[in-house]
Amino acid sequence: MAGADGDDSLYPIAVLIDELRNEDVQLRLNSIKKLSTIALALGVERTRTELLPFLTDTIYDEDEVLLALAEQLGNFTMLVGGPEYVHCLLPPLESLATVEETVVRDKAVESLRKISHEHSPVDLEVHFEPLVKRLASGDWFTSRTSACGLFSVCYPRVSSTVKAEIRQHFRTLCSDDTPMVRRAAASKLGEFAKVLELEYVKSDIISLFTALASDEQDSVRLLAVEACVSIATLLPQEDLEALVMPTLRQAAEDKSWRVRYMVADKFSELQKAVGPEITKNDLVPAFQNLLKDCEAEVRAAAANKVKEFCENLPEDSRETIIMSHILPCVKELVSDTNQHVKSALASVIMGLSTILGKDNTIEHLLPLFLAQLKDECPEVRLNIISNLDCVNEVIGIRQLSQSLLPAIVELAEDAKWRVRLAIIEYMPLLAGQLGVEFFDEKLNSLCMAWLVDHVYAIREAATCNLMKLVEKFGAEWAQNTIVPKVLGMANDPNYLHRMTTLFCINALSEACGQDITTKQMLPVVLKMSNDQVANVRFNVAKSLQKIGPVLDSNALQTEVKPVLEKLATDQDMDVKYFAQEAISVLALA
Amino acid sequence: KEGARGGVGGGNDFQWCFSQVKGAIDEDVAEADIISTVEFNYSGELLATGDKGGRVVIFQREQESKNRPHSRGEYNVYSTFQSHEPEFDYLKSLEIEEKINKIRWLPQQNAAHFLLSTNDKTIKLWKISERDKRAEGYNLKDEDGRLRDPFRITSLRVPVLMPMDLMVEASPRRIFANAHTYHINSISVNSDHETYLSADDLRINLWHLEITDRSFNIVDIKPANMEELTEVITAAECHPHQCNVFVYSSSKGTIRLCDMRAAALCDRHTKFFEEPEDPSSRSFFSEIISSISDVKFSHSGRYMMTRDYLSVKVWDLNMENRPVETYQVHEYLRSKLCSLYENDCIFDKFECCWNGSDGAIMTGSYNNFFRMFDRNSRRDITLEASRESSKPRAMLKPRKVCTGGKRKKDEISVDSLDFNKKILHTAWHPKENVIAVAATNNLYIFQDKIN
Repeated sequence: MAGADGDDSLYPIAVLIDELRNEDVQLRLNSIKKLSTIALALGVERTRTELLPFLTDTIYDEDEVLLALAEQLGNFTMLVGGPEYVHCLLPPLESLATVEETVVRDKAVESLRKISHEHSPVDLEVHFEPLVKRLASGDWFTSRTSACGLFSVCYPRVSSTVKAEIRQHFRTLCSDDTPMVRRAAASKLGEFAKVLELEYVKSDIISLFTALASDEQDSVRLLAVEACVSIATLLPQEDLEALVMPTLRQAAEDKSWRVRYMVADKFSELQKAVGPEITKNDLVPAFQNLLKDCEAEVRAAAANKVKEFCENLPEDSRETIIMSHILPCVKELVSDTNQHVKSALASVIMGLSTILGKDNTIEHLLPLFLAQLKDECPEVRLNIISNLDCVNEVIGIRQLSQSLLPAIVELAEDAKWRVRLAIIEYMPLLAGQLGVEFFDEKLNSLCMAWLVDHVYAIREAATCNLMKLVEKFGAEWAQNTIVPKVLGMANDPNYLHRMTTLFCINALSEACGQDITTKQMLPVVLKMSNDQVANVRFNVAKSLQKIGPVLDSNALQTEVKPVLEKLATDQDMDVKYFAQEAISVLALA
Repeated sequence: KEGARGGVGGGNDFQWCFSQVKGAIDEDVAEADIISTVEFNYSGELLATGDKGGRVVIFQREQESKNRPHSRGEYNVYSTFQSHEPEFDYLKSLEIEEKINKIRWLPQQNAAHFLLSTNDKTIKLWKISERDKRAEGYNLKDEDGRLRDPFRITSLRVPVLMPMDLMVEASPRRIFANAHTYHINSISVNSDHETYLSADDLRINLWHLEITDRSFNIVDIKPANMEELTEVITAAECHPHQCNVFVYSSSKGTIRLCDMRAAALCDRHTKFFEEPEDPSSRSFFSEIISSISDVKFSHSGRYMMTRDYLSVKVWDLNMENRPVETYQVHEYLRSKLCSLYENDCIFDKFECCWNGSDGAIMTGSYNNFFRMFDRNSRRDITLEASRESSKPRAMLKPRKVCTGGKRKKDEISVDSLDFNKKILHTAWHPKENVIAVAATNNLYIFQDKIN
């Protein structure tokens, strides 16, 4: 609190308060973020009577400032005097809950939900609930949308009369004139259902759910699909058929592709919520239809769920259902006209092999994998290759290797560097699964070719890839297969390739160990210190710094030190700089 | 019969009266001052205009007061702001004009008002809000602005909000850029209140009002080979109630209605509205004059109206093979198409609008004439926006253009029409008989006078 005499400790607070109104948004934001400091200095009394009224009316500010304010107020209870006074925070949050910017409104609602728990049951009815009602019956839809998020937090803690009022308000908002409010209500329907007594779920929520699910606007209907999951979880199994399924069936066949997309997207959740029996009878045919939908977006969403759906099928009939109902649809999707659909399928299809077991995989899935490995779209092939591990566990990768190789080679040489980059990242994984022999025979040359790619990102990834391969196959393998090739590039006429040698050495020295590094790599690096290109020379200095810790002290003193000392007197500034840095890091001075 | 009684619009007999005129009276018109769009908001309390200089001017209707019984709800300037600035696209070496092509209001969502404005390339969302309080009291400054000694602060002051004169602020809230290769001709807010579409010559994009970094391309009529281009999109609009339906018109005089429920891409239309061409009236200009310059749904959503060079057509959405009503706007120009082609007037893009009850329609013509058609009585009228008749509450006299034969008194001959004075943009108050008519750099507001 302020002292009676001049008190210089007040100065920083005074600045913060003044900067709440600074021209510069950044300073205002800064002040708002330190609102708790201001409140602490003012004390609870003045915070309540002066600061909060001021904040209530400052809703003209930039969104980011309002957002920060809304967030701060959620943690302000102690600063206004504890739970007893928490209701003082309601007016500023109420005004923030009516601004047009969704992020700010959502944050205000989040803070209101937070502080609602700090209200005593009495305060909840005296202060909080009236606020919810005011918002719910506000003139503008911004306030009504905010109200939708507040019902569920106060409902469990109020008297039964108030509960009835709250239910009534929610019902009104579900049939609001503006689609914005109906969407907000639809998106909170599931959450509200969870706090309601079961009898009201059946009497109130179901009718609201049915109404929203047949709203004239598809943007509302699709949100009802989400609510469907929560509602189905709440109801006893025997009521599902009568209360939820008609709506769900209708949604899965909605005229609007966006609604069907939502059903496809939420399919696993729906499947869990309705249980195995309904899944078998209803969801399987629905899922088949979604996989054959006329809109590619819907097919792609459904294709994404193939594995999860199959996994969650009841065990007793899983294989039959997959083989007779799902697999035929999947087969068609493999040759879909839309590449997003194919690539969505490719990202999950391998997962089916663990579910179906070895024989089925070989007989039914393998042809599909092979077809996808030859797909014209690189993304499809990549998705298959990136999930090889699932198949490997079931049938071993040999079955695939003959088709795999051409696919990999083609991706490795794709004209788009991002595709090349993606396949490089899978190399260590592939190497691990295919084994060292196959790798040496077929893939090693690819890995070396990437080192001289004309795109830097590829060369960089190729270096990193070599390191991972050495970690996998060991130092001896490195010595025989890749080190000679890497070192050979040190004499390449292109200085970029010479630098690649250095980058490879940086990456490999640790994995290769002291022996190889000292005997084979070090001489090459030292020799390159005479390179005519300065970039190569300073990279020599950097490399020496990097591999120094791997070398023994004898080599450091007798071989590295003289070279670095020479580079430290180089005519090029950068070379000097990095040489000196290496000397000091390696403690050779 | 051409409106002897003049009553076109509300069903009851009434006459249009002059109410206000905005803009300079000078004969020299600055290019930047030419009005390029006019739009009432949903309640009709606000009226926005955009001009070639990139400015947006918003007028607010005065509350009716007992002291001045004759000033029935006049519109006064509420806010003026620069919406777009001239730009230069360095990659394509193209100048981008600041001209406002379209303004669309958003449904009101809180005390503030929002509108979308667009030039050829960039759409902006503006917020127009009022402020009537100002914070007062600093810690480090006196009331008169002198700095206080920072070491002699004895207490902290929290600013206090004091009333002040009303201030109207316009602030840009979102900028939707880089999505159009060609010139944007239309924007239209969807009835779901969260999306809007924007159309250029070849493509239509769908935006979320809160997301500026991506939009979805829903229609693309660009041929693989631009030499095969035969048709461009001229206007597009969302259905007023069905959030999944929109229409777009083409330079070939056809309208396509698309349903966004059917597929993510709306390249395939659901309905195709086209009137078979009358072979007897075919001429070199047929295709040019059949190009649709504007399409508007009726408020009810049952009909749509299209404007081509010589006529306005009303279509029932349930009938694709011909319009249910056709109104001739200035048929007397049919014989003058050759000279209108030479002076480029034939490419003028006239807009059209409905009155609040969908019972009457209005569209512009040349010589500062504009036309209204009553759909029930089939009466039509030609009125003129001119300084001469701009006396307060002066009744507008119907105009008549003489087409051959002897010119009667009060008639004007086709040859003396001024083709530089054209009324392209008009707007009708959504609930009342108040119209706004843009005549070059002047905005005329007319109201009804009930007999």
